[in-house]
Amino acid sequence: MFQFSRADELLEICAKQNLELPDAVILSEQEEWGRSRDEIWYEMEARLKIMENSVEKGLEPDLKSIGGLIGGNAAKLKSYIQYGSLGGKIINQAVAYALAVTEYNACMGKIVAAPTAGSSGILPGILMALKDEKNYSREQLINAMFVAAGIGKVIASSATLSGAAGGCQAECGAGSAMASASAAYLGGGNPGVCMEAAAMALKGLLGLVCDPVAGLVEVPCSKRNATSTANAIICADMALAGIDSFIPFDEVVDAMFRIGNMMSSDLKETARGGCALTPTALAFTQTIR
Amino acid sequence: MASVFDIIGPVMVGPSSSHTAGAVKLGNIARRCCADRINKVDFYLHGSFAETCRGHGTDRALLGGILGMNAADERIRNSLEYARESGIEFAFHSADLGDVHPNTVKIIINCANGSAGELTGASIGGGEVRVSSVNNTHIEFSGKYPTIITVHQDKPGIVAQVSAIFANHAVNIAFLKVFRQSRGSVASMVIETDQEVEPSMLDEIALVAEIKQIMFVDV
Ligand code: SF4
Repeated sequence: MFQFSRADELLEICAKQNLELPDAVILSEQEEWGRSRDEIWYEMEARLKIMENSVEKGLEPDLKSIGGLIGGNAAKLKSYIQYGSLGGKIINQAVAYALAVTEYNACMGKIVAAPTAGSSGILPGILMALKDEKNYSREQLINAMFVAAGIGKVIASSATLSGAAGGCQAECGAGSAMASASAAYLGGGNPGVCMEAAAMALKGLLGLVCDPVAGLVEVPCSKRNATSTANAIICADMALAGIDSFIPFDEVVDAMFRIGNMMSSDLKETARGGCALTPTALAFTQTIR
Repeated sequence: MASVFDIIGPVMVGPSSSHTAGAVKLGNIARRCCADRINKVDFYLHGSFAETCRGHGTDRALLGGILGMNAADERIRNSLEYARESGIEFAFHSADLGDVHPNTVKIIINCANGSAGELTGASIGGGEVRVSSVNNTHIEFSGKYPTIITVHQDKPGIVAQVSAIFANHAVNIAFLKVFRQSRGSVASMVIETDQEVEPSMLDEIALVAEIKQIMFVDV
């Protein structure tokens, strides 16, 4: 009754039963897995705590990733924005937090994949920055996580969430779509507005390849979480302003899947193309082999 | 259909679900090959596992698994030190394991009682794994369910005897596969269950005359 694999179906469930997006997603989880609402809610709350912890730990200035390429960037941005910035406080705060989680991940810290470890910074980045600046309650943040999960389920059903199968559009692209919908939800957007935000966020990252330097989840991954975070906020604001994507979310997901299938395997996590084949990347790769 | 906790999750120690989380799981399954204290572990890393081992912490992840840690255990970062402290020797080798998945590892464990165990498996993405060999016998399982693996004499009636024990304990068999080298020789059964398995049930299975060895994996 509450199962969905397309955004259209999810929107219809919301409309017909007069449900908010998070409630529809929770009901489908209850129905599918036979768990109570409380159980599901507390498990999500536990994940929010782990996200908060990973942001905090990742902001420490003397972090060094095990591959040696990143660490300390989140701290740099965080201290820079205290004295103003070009892009504004919320975006930069969110970006700093996204960097923090990915840097902590690269130090073998404990994170919540969202949807993957490589793209784990975007959703917590946005949630924590909005919490700081707009004082959303914990309950609202947890609801926003269910919105993000609903978007992720749609992408997982019709396409893929794996860089090896679909390129980085399937990881950071998906993470950005999920986070954008959750931001639009927090901003007061109805279910349709959340879908427009997700559609625009994913559309903006279509075609993004997966080309990790030396095969490590460090460069370009960490900064790609940063740019995908900014992309998510911008698209949420556009959607809240009443701008629509023109291409509906389901069709953007289908397009993403087709692009992923057309992508050469050299550009899907194998480190045989893109950034991974630049002279700088190759020189670094020599040093660690 | 995926759970919301597969999308916002898993909770894991980074950096990579395939090279770190999956490696922890393989290590954790492999330690069941040794019924006694572990003396020494040799890891033979193939393909991408070998190439990016240090940068992904695959070495610490595998060893953390051997020490019984799960993919969300923050001690994984220091597992090499933990292993040294517990007097476990270990070594990592690059190896060509043939035409296998790029993230494959062969793990050889030397136990204090003089026996040796072997496990080969691949990390196939998203933290999921596929075991392809245990103690040099080709078998296959995913480690997603509580799994019982037997080594037994290939004779008619064994599968029925073992399934009867499951029925008596009201444990549902999700998947059952039988592997053997040739008719009448040594065979293996891989039984994946829906419910938890009581130790007493394992003891009962071990009592079946033809069963030479039994291993239980629950990760
Ligand atoms: S570049 Fe590849 S490994 Fe890095 S975040 Fe994107 S999909 Fe993941």
